[in-house]
Amino acid sequence: MIKSVDNRAWFLVLPVFALVAFNAIVPLMTVVNYSFQDSFGNNQFFWNGLGWYQELLDPSSELGGRFFAALGRSAAFSLGILAIEVPLGILVALCMPRDGAQLAIGLVIMALPLLVPWNVVGTIWLLYTRPDIGLFGWLINAVGIDFNATKNAAQAWFVLIAMDVWHWTSLVALLCFAGLKSIPDAYYQAARIDGASRLAIFRYIELPKLGRVLMIGVLLRFMDSFMIYTEPFVVTGGGPGNSTTVLSIDLVKIALGQFDLGKAAAMSIVYTLIVLTVCWVFYTVLVTRDSQTVERPEVPS
Amino acid sequence: MSRRIIFYAYLVCLMLPLYWLINLSFKANVEISTTMTLWPAVPTLSNYAVIFTAPEWFDGFRFSLTYVALNTIISISVALPAAYAFSRYSFLGDKHLFFWLLTNRMAPAAVFALPYFNLYSSIGLFDTVWAVALAHCIFNVPLAVWILEGFMSGVPREIDETARIDGYSFPRFFIKIFIPLIASGIGVAAFFCFMFSWVELLLARTLTNSKAISSIMTRTVSASGIDWGLLAAAGVLTLIPGALVIWFVRNHIAKGFALGRV
Repeated sequence: MIKSVDNRAWFLVLPVFALVAFNAIVPLMTVVNYSFQDSFGNNQFFWNGLGWYQELLDPSSELGGRFFAALGRSAAFSLGILAIEVPLGILVALCMPRDGAQLAIGLVIMALPLLVPWNVVGTIWLLYTRPDIGLFGWLINAVGIDFNATKNAAQAWFVLIAMDVWHWTSLVALLCFAGLKSIPDAYYQAARIDGASRLAIFRYIELPKLGRVLMIGVLLRFMDSFMIYTEPFVVTGGGPGNSTTVLSIDLVKIALGQFDLGKAAAMSIVYTLIVLTVCWVFYTVLVTRDSQTVERPEVPS
Repeated sequence: MSRRIIFYAYLVCLMLPLYWLINLSFKANVEISTTMTLWPAVPTLSNYAVIFTAPEWFDGFRFSLTYVALNTIISISVALPAAYAFSRYSFLGDKHLFFWLLTNRMAPAAVFALPYFNLYSSIGLFDTVWAVALAHCIFNVPLAVWILEGFMSGVPREIDETARIDGYSFPRFFIKIFIPLIASGIGVAAFFCFMFSWVELLLARTLTNSKAISSIMTRTVSASGIDWGLLAAAGVLTLIPGALVIWFVRNHIAKGFALGRV
């Protein structure tokens, strides 16, 4: 759509700008301010310059080592769930009925995990996987595998990833389903006339149409999984040991547990910058793709 | 046929943990900790009775639903004009502004927890529904703008121009003609705002003094251990608002995803 240039449009954006700026800029400045200072309690602050940042980015220091370990865990978690949720979401979307009562029931069930409060998601999986009272943990133990997510780090990771897959695959599947529905029947008819195989139909008709929704899905899932806090906090509390202490959990431990505001603030800034950089790349790709599509598809996208 | 099997297997996997939660909520703690049964051998409503007779549980639900509703109303009403501006005009700094808005959707809540506490304490809103409703705007407003902009771009510009020629003023055109045209988009945006505000815990807990339902749930943990049955019953009750919302929009879920910025 060709947009007309009119700077008065700023008046329409002003309420949003004011509201978000109030919520974003004041707290962000507080964090920046803390990150250059040290505190020994009693609300006394001392200038520390770039000290915290130097310590944070130096893997050999205590804080730096801790930060890079947590960063690694967060990155591993995000990559892990993306590697499962995206293919699984596409598969489920391809398997969904196109219409009818089955679809309606399926959609309601699929949307249900998305509306469960995050602490309750943690609670559900805690109750489900505990070896003593959980169906899943009990079953695994019953077949002879010793399963206890509070003791074994690998099993704790398994529970966290299974939980996230349970929680969010539906979002990817629903997005893909919407993308698939926007493909006109004529495309499939043409493919049938050409004698295209099922795989070829997926590769050359469905996948290109899914590109955009997948981009949105990956972007949303990356943002939310990289800053995940509540669910692992409820299920594993970052343990056993520190094995599932992802960035957010470590950050809250430092900020609210030890009240090391300077360290936590410097960590927050670096953390936010990482998220922003990755999202900026995604966003740029998304916008570039959009501007390359000359014609809008049938369904406004 | 194998497609249907995969689909139903997926649905079963989704339902199992939920079933287990519901199952535990109808069991007494003795049964939970001593036996493993696929359904309650002695079904009991005692866990629910505890919740319904204690006023703080009821207040927690009311408190949480109030800030969710307020947040949805605020988010949608400020996002509507902004989304219109982004979809119809190009103006100084529009692309940067749009990305800046989205960055707030990306900012980790853990980063903002402590500064939010300071900010909302200093303006005297700490421990009120307004604090949480306003704080949740940081991720819901950008999302609402993003979704609504997608829907608005699907409405042809000619409609705006025709209305102007017919003598409609901008506010009258916007309310009388434009909003009905994107009603489904508003529904989708409201659904997402409701969803993200309802499921968020960290900010809601930081900005209130144990009033939100999510913090009241931590009361099931006491010195004598965790009250599993009570925890499960509370979990089941928190599923209800979400399930109700899904039930109301069940015919629009697929359509909503398809018509939006998808």
